[in-house]
Amino acid sequence: MYRRMVQIRHFEEHAAEAYAQAKVGGFLHLYIGEEAVAVGAIAAVREEDHVLGHYRDHGYALAKGCDPKACMAELFGRETGLCHGRGGSMHLAEAARHYWGGYAIVGSHIPIGAGMAYAMQYLEQPEVVLDFFGDGATGNGIFHEGLNMAALWNLPVVFICENNLYGMGATLAEESPVRDMIIKAEGYTMPSVQCDGMDVLSVYEAVQKAAAHCRSGQGPYFVEALTYRFRGHSMADPELYRDKDEVTRWKALDPIPKFGEFCVEHRISSEQELAQVKEEVEAEMLEAVRFADQSPWPDPATVDQWIYAKPIDPEAIATGPDQLSSVEG
Amino acid sequence: MAEISYRQAVRDAMREEMMRDPRVILMGESITGYGGSYAVTKGLIDEFGPKRVMETPIAEAGIVGFAVGAAMGGLIPVAELMTVNFALLALDQVVNSAAKFHYMFGGQWSVPMVVRTVSGFGQLGPTHSQSFEGWFASVPGLKVVMPATPADAKGLLLAAIRDPDPVIFIEHSLLYSTRGEVPGPALGDGEVPIGQAKVVREGSDVTLVGYSRMLLQALHAAEVLEREDGISCEVVDLRTLRPLDYPTVVNSVRRTHRLVLCGEDWRTGGFGASLLSEMQDRCFDDLDAPIQRVAMRDIPLPYSRELERLLIPSSEDIVTAVRRLS
Ligand SMILES: Cc1ncc(C[n+]2csc(CCOP(=O)(O)OP(=O)(O)O)c2C)c(N)n1
Ligand SMILES: [Mg+2]
Repeated sequence: MYRRMVQIRHFEEHAAEAYAQAKVGGFLHLYIGEEAVAVGAIAAVREEDHVLGHYRDHGYALAKGCDPKACMAELFGRETGLCHGRGGSMHLAEAARHYWGGYAIVGSHIPIGAGMAYAMQYLEQPEVVLDFFGDGATGNGIFHEGLNMAALWNLPVVFICENNLYGMGATLAEESPVRDMIIKAEGYTMPSVQCDGMDVLSVYEAVQKAAAHCRSGQGPYFVEALTYRFRGHSMADPELYRDKDEVTRWKALDPIPKFGEFCVEHRISSEQELAQVKEEVEAEMLEAVRFADQSPWPDPATVDQWIYAKPIDPEAIATGPDQLSSVEG
Repeated sequence: MAEISYRQAVRDAMREEMMRDPRVILMGESITGYGGSYAVTKGLIDEFGPKRVMETPIAEAGIVGFAVGAAMGGLIPVAELMTVNFALLALDQVVNSAAKFHYMFGGQWSVPMVVRTVSGFGQLGPTHSQSFEGWFASVPGLKVVMPATPADAKGLLLAAIRDPDPVIFIEHSLLYSTRGEVPGPALGDGEVPIGQAKVVREGSDVTLVGYSRMLLQALHAAEVLEREDGISCEVVDLRTLRPLDYPTVVNSVRRTHRLVLCGEDWRTGGFGASLLSEMQDRCFDDLDAPIQRVAMRDIPLPYSRELERLLIPSSEDIVTAVRRLS
């Protein structure tokens, strides 16, 4: 878990640097400060369990074991990216690992996770679904529709709300009548627990319990992780809505040194071993950036690939006059 | 051959496919005990039980999102949205989820699901009388089907359920009780491929293009024009709006040199608007006259019977449009 958190931290730092060099475009949302949530939660369940998350998604991908090279290449928009450059930073996914993405419409993946859990229940498969989203998503109707259905049909899905006190520039007080998101689960009679999102063990414990509940057929569970993002909402954020003292206070709770100290204290690892992990991870991320930077762009001829799984007649799509010659052969 | 209603044809397609493939499930509002607001799913709950015929909360976006997730998990959901007016609440899930995932995630998975919904009117007032096929048909990644006959309703729904991509299947409330021949079991299951238009009446003077209820209006107009004006109309049923069988329409225009597009949605931004644009690109030189459109005037459809009648596109409007050409 320590290595995973360090991986995410270093990946994000390199992504920010690449963004500053305009090698990464669009919106880039960093997970720095929140690493313990994805890592603790995903470590607490089985490899074959399903994970869906929102657009601040590099952490979920790496915690699920996706290759940092392919993740970075996706940010760079290259053919070697996880989604061949079609999705970008907000839409990382690797179905083979049961990491189903990266959803950038706030709250949209909440009923999707419930539907996937229904498929598991229907097909009598043992997997559970972890569905991550932010505090801001709980203001959207789709959150309530998804929770309502999951509870109604007793589905094996763990909803994990990362309460980082902000939804973009809106403070919790501005966006929600309650500070504790678990209160919103109560209306759906969903069991819930709050955990310390700055402590990977606290998240681990909470999600382990939640997943066991789901797997035993008792229905959905709601986990609220109290956390904080150290950086702005995205790279474009001037952070006018929060004061520096608050950020400093939360940075003192950094989950990585905190867990490092725990490991040393309990003789799980030595200081040297932890330093070694950091070095190895840094080399791995430098390699990821190098790989992404040297990877080929997608072939322009493939721009219309994957619109449909069952290919359609190319003449059946509006082309306009410029491309008609190719249509008419 | 057996003669059945359009409603029965839709129900038969679901029923047969559910018997054939245990992954197929239905979900929707009041589709179990009530039988669906247009009684299409009537009886299916008794046959297949609540695990396969799911009564859902009134949550259109949730229903479609849930169906997308169920499809990703290995099922084939057929979600009923009570009418296309309520489908607006689900537009995000249709456009940003169902239509996008195959492309956006680099072809890693597809979303095999059907959203069944219904257009139509009948003194239902402005919020319950709309047609939005043009909106859905503008979205790459969706397939959009609008059958006019029982045979096509059944055959296209079978194809839609078997298709690996998300299909928007729009029925018409005024067609449910119409009857027609549907191929019997001896002729296979009657699947009709998505993406193929059909010339349903041959003619030489003008091509009328329609779909769903407007196809029947076009056929009626063709008879009137033949009888009263001696004009020979060719009638093309699009059946699928996306992907659209342009070659069939183009070939017809190459013979008739005149084209009238018939739809029930609004003139501005309606499906016919983009069809017209593309037809101009493809066959301007074959046309002897400007392309005509029959469409809803840009007005919300009012409740009052007399006001409603004023606005609903009809066979008379098609006759007028054709006469304008000659
Ligand atoms: C439906 C929708 N509305 C608005 C946005 C723009 N937007 C992106 S992230 C965000 C804030 C979300 O906050 P939260 O759910 O708390 O997640 P966090 O960024 O804090 O992790 C907003 C408003 C969007 N992507 N989708
Ligand atoms: Mg937040």
